[in-house]
Amino acid sequence: MPKDYKTMWSGLDMNLTAHEGLLGVLTDAYKNIYLSQRNRPEGMKYFDFVISEVHGLRIEEILEAKKEKRKVIGTFCVYVPEELILAVDGVDIGLCAGAEVGTDEAEKYIPRNTCALIKAFMGFKLAGLCPYIQTTDLIVGETTCDGKKKAYEIFNELTGGKVYVMEVPNKKDADGLLLWRNEVKRFAKKLEELSNKKINLEKLKEASQIVKEKRRALQRLSLLRAFDPSPVSGLDALLINQVSFYDDPVRFTEKLTELCDELDERVKKGTGVTEKGSKRILISGSPMAIPNWKLHAIIEGCKASVVGEESCVGERNFMASLDDGFSSVEEGIQKIADRYMNIHCACFTPNEERMKDIGDMTRRLKAGGVIHYAIQFCTPYMMEAYKAKKVVDIMKVPFLRIETDYSMEDMGQLKTRIEAFLEMMGDGVHE
Amino acid sequence: MKIGGIDIGSRYIKYVLLRGTKVIEFQRKETGHNPLSVCEELLAFARPEKLVATGYGRDLIEIYENVKTITEIKAVAKGAKAIFPNVRTIIDIGGQDTKVVSLNKDGDVINFEMNDRCAAGTGRFLEIMAKTLGYDLESFGYNCVDKNGSIKINSLCTVFAESEVVSLISKGEKRETITYALHESIVSRVISLIKRLEIRDDIIFTGGCAKNSCLKVMLEERLKRKIYVHKNPYMHAAYGAALYAMEN
Repeated sequence: MPKDYKTMWSGLDMNLTAHEGLLGVLTDAYKNIYLSQRNRPEGMKYFDFVISEVHGLRIEEILEAKKEKRKVIGTFCVYVPEELILAVDGVDIGLCAGAEVGTDEAEKYIPRNTCALIKAFMGFKLAGLCPYIQTTDLIVGETTCDGKKKAYEIFNELTGGKVYVMEVPNKKDADGLLLWRNEVKRFAKKLEELSNKKINLEKLKEASQIVKEKRRALQRLSLLRAFDPSPVSGLDALLINQVSFYDDPVRFTEKLTELCDELDERVKKGTGVTEKGSKRILISGSPMAIPNWKLHAIIEGCKASVVGEESCVGERNFMASLDDGFSSVEEGIQKIADRYMNIHCACFTPNEERMKDIGDMTRRLKAGGVIHYAIQFCTPYMMEAYKAKKVVDIMKVPFLRIETDYSMEDMGQLKTRIEAFLEMMGDGVHE
Repeated sequence: MKIGGIDIGSRYIKYVLLRGTKVIEFQRKETGHNPLSVCEELLAFARPEKLVATGYGRDLIEIYENVKTITEIKAVAKGAKAIFPNVRTIIDIGGQDTKVVSLNKDGDVINFEMNDRCAAGTGRFLEIMAKTLGYDLESFGYNCVDKNGSIKINSLCTVFAESEVVSLISKGEKRETITYALHESIVSRVISLIKRLEIRDDIIFTGGCAKNSCLKVMLEERLKRKIYVHKNPYMHAAYGAALYAMEN
């Protein structure tokens, strides 16, 4: 019998009736999409548990942390330096939402033609459905797209002035780097003020180590997916990446390492979640925030395997490593800033590095097809689909471009397109 | 051995029965609200020993009958290739989808495009507009004669286009002029899909809307190429599914 968290939730000013409905839908979806998978690794049990307690135990932990005067920092983007948050003993929580919730409420404030991700974080707040937002002391936005940039102004109003926005430059040149280094310095200062703690070298090193190990574990998972058959499903790997944004980082790393040890064994035995030789898909594009499992569910429902995500919820989050050989706080903060400039988001122009990543991942993961995924109205990614196609075409790998949102109304259409794409891949034909 | 192909579309279910490669039976029935019972009716009429399903509702029958399925994209390519050996491009306008499919010389699908989720540029659009103007679907294309008309339908959305048509009627525009503009609107929509692919001859036009001769002529004019239409353009996907059943 799961614990009753109603008192906690109402203490967080949530809409209990609507929340119960949401948890019901989530539980059903999780059962249908996740628990029905075959040959799942034992190590996924931890992540199943984390999901079953997504608004329960983890919130309790966060509230405990708050009692110890630790600050809760909500973030929306992989550009926000986690090392700095941990260096002031903060709790870093990714707030991006992947479900169509509170849309009608959100549309009172923002235009109908706004991307589903923005609508969802507004909607979750307005409908009183996100306990994480309620526990935050600071919400960090960033200027990675026009929609988010402007929505944060409104979100600031709705959260009583909790929003702090970091400016992510548009170009990766010397000026851009300078701007970003200054932004990261300012952010460090903001965190020090908020937490009333000074970032010292020891703390910064310790925090960097925690994040480094988390990234390493995620990198290891990514490498394991290169095997045929993949020892883990794309759905499970996506879930792990989603959980990495809100779970306790040390425990997460420990559990993911255990899972990867198990996956190592599977690889040695040559067992996996699909048959050897199954079709392998790389997904590239917009982030898939929890519980957005739509595309993976369709693809893997057609017996193909998703072997990688060139995405913020995926490779972009953990690929770049931090040079942690710094010997002062100032140097450390600069190295951290430089590390984050190595993330290849479509908000930059030009952004050829992302194209190289797509090519590299396609080769490394032996993907037989690339599906470019953009959330509708996510203009930077919708635009880059053109360049991504050119890269993939040169490699003679089939490419499919998809634009969709969180709703289920285009499921039939998407299924036909993806199935036809897989048929095309299977026939292995060329011009 | 009798081999069947069934194409469960959004508006019609098409059923082809083969003996060898020869079509011995073709049936077409409205999908309605209970497609499974329509399928059963069609199958009861002449039960095949092997069956492959395709179309929007292909999975429906898979659950109950344990039959193989292929997508309508692969199926239409197979069917068209068998009828037109030189086919390289298929334009298929059905009830709720518009698709453009590119084939290689062997008839394999090498690329395809499909309309987005809404009914703009599909058969359903034409059907609703025909009704609004008081035509039946079959005669709609024959009334597409007023080429000198100066009006343009601006709305892509079926619902908005319908209100646009209603207001044109009330302004006293001739039915024929509106009909022409509606066909032009659908053709523009299809052309934008076609332009995303490399078009090669021969071009085959399939699906329910291929019966509309006006669409064919307008597409030919816009593409400046000849387009071929089989006398039974409804059949290709179901035929392709049956051929697939035979080979596998």
